[in-house]
Amino acid sequence: MTTSTKNKIADQIINEFGPLQNFVPLREKAKAFLNENGLPAPKEEEYKYTAITKYLEQSIQNFGQSKPVQLSIEEVQKNIFGGFEGDVLVFNNGVFSGELSKTSNQDYRLALLSQNTPSDFAGIAKLEKDPFVALNSATFKDGIYLHISKNKKIEKPIYFLFFNQANNGQSIASRIYIEVEDNAEVTFLQNSVSLDEDAYFSNSVTEIKVSQNAHVHFSKLQNESRRALVVDNFVTDIHRDATFTSTVISLSGNMVRNNLSLNLLDSGCEGNMYGLYLLNGKTHVDNHTNVDHTKAHAVSNELYKGILADQSRAVFNGKIFVRQDAQKTNAFQQNNNILLSEDATVNTKPQLEIWADDVKCSHGCTTGQLDEEALFYLKARGLGKDQAKGLLLYAFAGEVLEKISDECFRDFVTEIVQERLGGNL
Amino acid sequence: MSKDNQILEEFTSKEYEHGWSVNFETEEAPPGLNEDIIRWISAKKEEPVWLLEWRLKAFAIWQNMQEPEWANVTYPKVDFQSIKYYSAPKQKNKPKNLDEVDPELLQIYERLGISLNEQKRLQGIAVDAVLDSVSVGTTFKETLSKLGIIFCSFSEAVKEHPELVKKYLGSVVPITDNYYAALNSAVFSDGSFCYIPKGVRCPMELSTYFRINAANTGQFERTLIVAEESSYVSYLEGCTAPQRDENQLHAAVVEIYAEKNAEVKYSTVQNWYPGDKSGKGGIYNFVTKRGICAGDYSKISWTQVETGSAVTWKYPSCILKGDYSVGEFYSVAVTNNYQQADTGTKMIHIGKNTKSRIVSKGISAGHSQNSYRGQVQIMKRAVNARNFSQCDSLLMGDKCGAHTFPYIDIQNSTAKVEHEATTSKIGEDQIFYCNQRGIDTEDAVALIVNGYAKEVLNQLPMEFAVEAQKLLALTLEGSVG
Repeated sequence: MTTSTKNKIADQIINEFGPLQNFVPLREKAKAFLNENGLPAPKEEEYKYTAITKYLEQSIQNFGQSKPVQLSIEEVQKNIFGGFEGDVLVFNNGVFSGELSKTSNQDYRLALLSQNTPSDFAGIAKLEKDPFVALNSATFKDGIYLHISKNKKIEKPIYFLFFNQANNGQSIASRIYIEVEDNAEVTFLQNSVSLDEDAYFSNSVTEIKVSQNAHVHFSKLQNESRRALVVDNFVTDIHRDATFTSTVISLSGNMVRNNLSLNLLDSGCEGNMYGLYLLNGKTHVDNHTNVDHTKAHAVSNELYKGILADQSRAVFNGKIFVRQDAQKTNAFQQNNNILLSEDATVNTKPQLEIWADDVKCSHGCTTGQLDEEALFYLKARGLGKDQAKGLLLYAFAGEVLEKISDECFRDFVTEIVQERLGGNL
Repeated sequence: MSKDNQILEEFTSKEYEHGWSVNFETEEAPPGLNEDIIRWISAKKEEPVWLLEWRLKAFAIWQNMQEPEWANVTYPKVDFQSIKYYSAPKQKNKPKNLDEVDPELLQIYERLGISLNEQKRLQGIAVDAVLDSVSVGTTFKETLSKLGIIFCSFSEAVKEHPELVKKYLGSVVPITDNYYAALNSAVFSDGSFCYIPKGVRCPMELSTYFRINAANTGQFERTLIVAEESSYVSYLEGCTAPQRDENQLHAAVVEIYAEKNAEVKYSTVQNWYPGDKSGKGGIYNFVTKRGICAGDYSKISWTQVETGSAVTWKYPSCILKGDYSVGEFYSVAVTNNYQQADTGTKMIHIGKNTKSRIVSKGISAGHSQNSYRGQVQIMKRAVNARNFSQCDSLLMGDKCGAHTFPYIDIQNSTAKVEHEATTSKIGEDQIFYCNQRGIDTEDAVALIVNGYAKEVLNQLPMEFAVEAQKLLALTLEGSVG
């Protein structure tokens, strides 16, 4: 792919969105960046195994400007899982919909980004870091700014619910900026629902600022249509003594790329990243995580597990950076995979880069299959083959599911996972 | 001062023990790289036409290649036109055996502790000594030839066994492989050739000793080891260079071909001049090493102790093509001062039931950067492949860095692949424990490092293991306290 085609794809997507009035300087900067760099070429190290540019090129003629679609309140209700009582923020093809959302809680402030732009907006997810962040910056229409003030403890989780309808192809760009002030606590949940089976391209950016001693949980379910192309850019700045935990469960899609970055900016902070991917068909899921330890006494944990069937492919790249000032860092990373089919592929690259000497860092990764003896043990006790398999796979996946902090959401996700695993994916 | 202290003092005051150079008459190519130089080298070596054509083809390919930049190292670029590609000590007549070799040259090796005079050797090690661009002598040739083993310099092999060289040269590392391999293919001057016939177990260790002596030259040697069915050989490689302010390039290629049931063990103690304390000078060590387990049940094992070189870029690899073949990689890489190392391995599993094992121990001190970069690839038809990788890093001081870039690509569901890595430093409690028992800090560090690297050092042949242990202690001197 030549530079010109790379740039053309970006250009074409940007043009489909037409002229956008707000955030002009940011858009100009993003366009200039894309003009120079384009979308990642097939051989680029960061996108080596995930040829998303090629996929976009193949289906680009179908991508039109994303418009909100007809969406009823019943449809929204239908997708709220049992037992959930908190607020729901609905995004209709990437655009926040006030009418469909439920915002009864007065403990946080919600505004459109165009009406209230936080001072370091686009400063956490810097567009130079990734061409898809740049592409989002050039194309998002508007987004939301969610602000949680000092010492607030939000009791019930806040649920981001994305409805994506392709209508023969759409390019969707959503943008969220969350600021959690000192000592506040909150849990976020996220789910994306495909309203039809057509191909669309969703390229979202979420920025979160976790201030001093704040505690944030973010659990996400990715269960989109078989033809969806998804790039999810998620960047968090974590300040002194704050904790942030991310759990990502990826179950479906055509090609899904998660760029998750945790910047541990001060001492005493903690970042946790958990992920589970259950893939079948031709689904391709790529988790790129990045933890940057910049100051002393910070901790990071990472556990990603995956089960692959059919011709699916999983990519895992976990980067841990420990800068020179980050003495006494503890950083742990683990990636385990089970392959159920001859045609599934795993590419994993756990990467450690360390410049400080007084640290404890480790990473481990394994790829294998189910233990024959364990299977035999269960079969000898009267379980059918599939049932026994399902049970063992569930035990494998359970370690990640446990990390979902909200009980109702956990039950909701567990049920889907169990059903999938019962049929052995 | 007690005698012990005196010895220690002596030990610590020397930085790089092999930093001297000798002046003798040499025959050199003018600096620069072009087709004429390649023709000149080829003519000098009285090579057949096919080899010259092969070189020119490699040169043409090299000219269209880009210098790789993905490695985690930074260094001023090499000016390929300012290097001399050939430098050989002038010898009046071609020596037929060691007795006729210029005693001055033999002295160089005596001084390095490698006696080419085989009578004086107690252990059975056959040595091929390579000085700058040529091999100056090979020992035990006759003893080996009785068994049908061919062990000689590369140029000699080209003349005497052209059919073997033609068959295997470039079969493991093709000229198109990478930038430095292509360069080597174009300008390589000498190296060792080793052929073990079917069913022969080589009775002694074979060894090559590389020495750069001349200034402004690059060393481009090529080693080719062919192990026929059911044979065994253990091969050692050592290298040193004088202390100079400018950077010198060393771009070697090592190819190993193992047939059915054959086993090749290749050990390296790399001690090129690493540059001085402020990072000035030193060797650029850009080496391509690869072995192919072509036959079933074959085995290739790489062991390396990397202590020298300003910049190292080296990935000894195994292609496990035969069913049930085994690849091993054991490495200790030490970097101090401003050294940079980007080293690791590739294990390509193609055959069924193939196994590989990687143990990499990195030690960084001073301002150095030490990276492990490895790939484990399980191809689709590699049923029941098994890999275990362990890469540990030890950091000494807060100015150095340790990095790991493991790539694990799996396309077969029956594969079992494990990778683990840790990074740590020497615990204060460990040092304290040693201090308490009267071992001073420097020695304690050497002791702990040796323990840490033991798993790899144990793989080395005995004579090398002793040298490697000393080298480890020496390289890390002054890095604590």
